[in-house]
Amino acid sequence: MKKPEHPFRFVTVSYLTRIGNQSATNLGELRDGLEKCSDTSIFYHTFQSLGRYHFLTEGFSNEFAQWVLAGLNSPMLAEQLAAPDIRSYLTLSDLRTDLLAITDEYCRKHPEEVGRLAFEPFYFLESIEVTIPHMWEAWTLDEFRHRLEHLSNESFHYHFLVSRLRLGLRTNDFSVWFENELGLKSLAQLTNRIDVYTNTLEGARTKLYTFIDRELAA
Amino acid sequence: MTITKSDAHSISLDAYIPLLGAPEIEELRALAAQISGRTVQMVNSTAMGGGVAEILNRLIPLMQELGLRPRWDVITGGEDFFEVTKAFHNALHGGPYQARKENFELFLATNESNRQRLQFDCEFTVIHDPQPVALVEARSRQEGHWLWRCHIDLSKPHPDVWGFLRPFVYRYDGALFSSPEFARQLPIPQYLSYPCIDPLSEKNVDLDPATVREIVERFGIDLARPIITQISRFDRLKDPIGVVRAYQIVRRYMDCQLVIAGGSASDDPEGEIVLEEVRREAKDDPDIHLLNLPPWSATEINALQRASTIIVQKSLREGFGLTVTEALWKKKPVVASAVGGIPAQVIHKHTGLLVHSVEGTAYQIRFLLSNPALAHKLGEQGHDHVRENFLITTNVKRYLTIFLHSLQRSC
Repeated sequence: MKKPEHPFRFVTVSYLTRIGNQSATNLGELRDGLEKCSDTSIFYHTFQSLGRYHFLTEGFSNEFAQWVLAGLNSPMLAEQLAAPDIRSYLTLSDLRTDLLAITDEYCRKHPEEVGRLAFEPFYFLESIEVTIPHMWEAWTLDEFRHRLEHLSNESFHYHFLVSRLRLGLRTNDFSVWFENELGLKSLAQLTNRIDVYTNTLEGARTKLYTFIDRELAA
Repeated sequence: MTITKSDAHSISLDAYIPLLGAPEIEELRALAAQISGRTVQMVNSTAMGGGVAEILNRLIPLMQELGLRPRWDVITGGEDFFEVTKAFHNALHGGPYQARKENFELFLATNESNRQRLQFDCEFTVIHDPQPVALVEARSRQEGHWLWRCHIDLSKPHPDVWGFLRPFVYRYDGALFSSPEFARQLPIPQYLSYPCIDPLSEKNVDLDPATVREIVERFGIDLARPIITQISRFDRLKDPIGVVRAYQIVRRYMDCQLVIAGGSASDDPEGEIVLEEVRREAKDDPDIHLLNLPPWSATEINALQRASTIIVQKSLREGFGLTVTEALWKKKPVVASAVGGIPAQVIHKHTGLLVHSVEGTAYQIRFLLSNPALAHKLGEQGHDHVRENFLITTNVKRYLTIFLHSLQRSC
């Protein structure tokens, strides 16, 4: 393990939800909303919702899919919208393009469903992110582990998942620091492979502790 | 009237650590440290009774503990003022309204007298609900940050009342609504702020099984058989008759009891009528328990919820539905109508089951009674959902975040 040139700097994050003026009462309106809503709305209903509902480790992926299932009773489209793994997206624009393509394709094949009224409307909401640098920083892996224990789920999610969009890389803040500053490529890879779809945030964190402990014991 | 710290209930933030974990509380402190010493003024129309006062009673001491300097002011007014605002309240919920010039004048005059009586010198001013909305006139130029926290459903307001109030709302820096469904199209930013429950309040604090048993048996309910419960006023919009009909369908297939427990109907003539209608529908079934409880029954409600096998909220129309929040917090499987704020809490098949009819309610109750493992899982996930989104600590965090965001916007 090499001596880092830079510490890991923890951030505290908190989100506000802004109510936009867009809503959908049928599939056609969802499609139009997906095309026109802001990037922060795509973020709210995908990246952020995965953190907000992290305790749901089965069948829940994003709020578009959930509404299509519960509001429109269209399980096939719900499954298709739930399929994209947000970890593979580096921009919200790419994610929007894919969600829109899936919806367009479904509308083309099932035109009779496009105008069918939903049980309840879907509201396009937006995330406003407020970050403040934490007073904590870590210079060693041991210190990092200790600080991690004091990080909230929301801030863990920010470093672990949201960081992909910020970095523009298929990795996360933790893995970048492990590899670039500590030279721990293997730990970086193991960390990046932790599945946030099938783990709660607490579960993902526990896995990370295990990998770090193994590294510290080596 | 200004309410000081000694008036408000003080429960330390540390008391929430066993429920939420230390990191969540530590981060509240980290966020608050950024605005330590800043002044906050909360203004509403009542010091006691009602959900807003209940929340402020908890919020103010928690903000104080976090290093802010909050103040809670309550507007005063005559009975005639509160009659006007009650009529406004009903009209804003879509009810009929006969516009009278003198009512609008009385509203403005009372707001003006409160504006002169109260001090408005805080960095953050949060005005709750329509009654004091015109206090924004006290705002000189663009000083301070003014927010309007609307706790009611504004989706279908009476045009005369909304047309009168709207210019005041436009003068705020932002508005907070309990559900996107309740919001209006406004030229100011609108934020989502879910209502919340306090897990340490009398209605939600953990009870030992002996207390639950003692209370429930006092009502003649058999703890050995499944208990289906709806907690609500005897109000047609809560559809208690629909609940009885759903129960009657379930009873064709399986043994269970029904409890409908609500607030006192003695001061509500319509409540008495609805209660009588429900009694008729119940047809002297000894397994249907209609409990007309007095307002000081928080522990009884808590025990009834904890003793229940399934909680139902079959409302035809609903605000946010805090009884659902309370049930989810107690890890109960919930079957509820997809109305108002309920879908935000009951994520279908994940934190409960959403229904749209009497038949659907009956089917989902049968389904959960037949699948206790799934019912247990829904209850557990519902509890997690409330812990993350609908507790008083989340409310504190949301205020801290909006204050920080307001400061960043003004920089």
